[in-house]
Amino acid sequence: MATQHSRSAARFMMAPAVVLLLGWMLIPLSMTLFFSFKKYLPLRGDSLGNGLDWVGFDNYVRFVSSSSFWPSVITTLLIVGGVLIITVVLGILLAILLDQPMWGQGVVRILVIAPFFVMPTVSALVWKNLFMDPGNGFLAHVYRFFGATPVEWLSQASLQSIIMIVSWQWLPFATLILLTAIQSLDSEQLEAAEMDGAPILSRFYHIVLPHLARAITIVILIQTIFLLSIFAEIFVTTGGAFGTRTLTYLIYQRVLESQNVGLGSAGGVYAIILANIVAIFLMRIVGKNLDA
Amino acid sequence: MARAVTTQRKTINTIIAWAIGLLIFFPILWIIILSFKAEGDAIKTPIAVLTSGWTLENYGVVQERSDYAKHFFNSVILAFGSTILGLIIAVPAAWSMAFVPSKRTKDILLWMLSTKMLPAVGVLYPMYLIFIELGLLDTRVGLVVVLMLINLPIIVWMLYTYFREIPGEILEASRMDGASLREEILYVLTPMAIPGMASTVLLNVILAWNEAFWTLNLTAAKAAPLTAFIASYSSPEGLFYAKLSAASTMAIAPILIMGWFSQKQLVRGLTFGAVK
Repeated sequence: MATQHSRSAARFMMAPAVVLLLGWMLIPLSMTLFFSFKKYLPLRGDSLGNGLDWVGFDNYVRFVSSSSFWPSVITTLLIVGGVLIITVVLGILLAILLDQPMWGQGVVRILVIAPFFVMPTVSALVWKNLFMDPGNGFLAHVYRFFGATPVEWLSQASLQSIIMIVSWQWLPFATLILLTAIQSLDSEQLEAAEMDGAPILSRFYHIVLPHLARAITIVILIQTIFLLSIFAEIFVTTGGAFGTRTLTYLIYQRVLESQNVGLGSAGGVYAIILANIVAIFLMRIVGKNLDA
Repeated sequence: MARAVTTQRKTINTIIAWAIGLLIFFPILWIIILSFKAEGDAIKTPIAVLTSGWTLENYGVVQERSDYAKHFFNSVILAFGSTILGLIIAVPAAWSMAFVPSKRTKDILLWMLSTKMLPAVGVLYPMYLIFIELGLLDTRVGLVVVLMLINLPIIVWMLYTYFREIPGEILEASRMDGASLREEILYVLTPMAIPGMASTVLLNVILAWNEAFWTLNLTAAKAAPLTAFIASYSSPEGLFYAKLSAASTMAIAPILIMGWFSQKQLVRGLTFGAVK
């Protein structure tokens, strides 16, 4: 159907997007790869102009053997895992609830998805000060009202606090996508099961959950990619202190705060590999969907 | 046959759903309430806050002290600039992939998507160096380009899924009638694609407005958008709850409203068409 002429036109029209993304991917990436094999401490006078010393895999070994590496991996896993569990479980329950007949459904939906549109620096700062501040925060007032001592959230329960803030931001995303998926469920199937006397839990387990399986997978994969690189939420709340230094934050500190570019770049390569492992699974699902 | 829903059950659903909805929305509501309170009242107990007087002064103070309008304007430029630039590059690409697909189209699409998954921190220093070298640090131009590049895959994807829904026969018919490629795109395709393009713009403005890695790391005083401006409130001096709330309310209000309009597109855009 397509003529030779339209084919070459098509290639020409695709070129700007392809070239730009290729450059965006390859140029900084190869620089990171290059730096990761070099000793590069800009504050001690190392610069590209003077030439950098080749140190082989030193940076890679040192990044992994530093005392802050494993804690940062564990912190990352706890945050990603915690947020995923909270948002997926609550997201499923909320999606089922919002799918029920009720008055003002549209308004409730708007209320529930609102946090997703709040910029990360605002939600982190507002939670930190207006809600979690042990002196004047909302939660402190509530604790005092009941005669309890207010918790110093971001220092005593720092990890849980960050997980809470991030979950509040991402619950709307999970809910919205699961709700969209649930609405495509054939309600006659559920009614038939109900008439046959299937109890509510087994209806959920045998009909709703399998139907949602794909949407749940997509929510998990997309959120994982974004959660692996959360930055602003930690930057404005704890600055990586009190055990909240994630892998992303550790790399950021190595590169910009202590200006050890070689070491940070080696960390960056690890992060890129990690993200790609997750991405491959996501691509498979999206790719299958393209064929359909 | 519609399922008979008892009023009682509907009432229970309504109460539970509204309670949860208000609970989730409460932090945003609280920001808005505190933004209209005097600084001294804003730190009182919740009940004292609600019964204290209302004021508009915070909004004026935020503008006076830190030139809020400048940062707001920066956000507008970055969000719309990057989206429009992205659209100009993505429309031809998405058009050709949707209507003149080849064996490699699917691979190219997936590859584009994969660039979105690069962790930004992995290329932080190279980008920093490139920005210094090109004199782009703390400029709006530099950030418009970076925000365009990180959102380009989503723009291409969304447009592609919308374009694919346009029946190819209509385009063929116009070609038979002797329309040139330019006319075909301008007069046949564009009118049909406008709803899809509008939702693409909406979603990308939201994403660019809220982007908080590159905007925090590549700007200082001059080009800082609202994300970076608000972050400067993280080291508080004295009383500042009401002012933080006023600055936050203004920063999130436009996007909150846009977001509510784009709920459906959000699902499609953020799942790359895998959930519709």
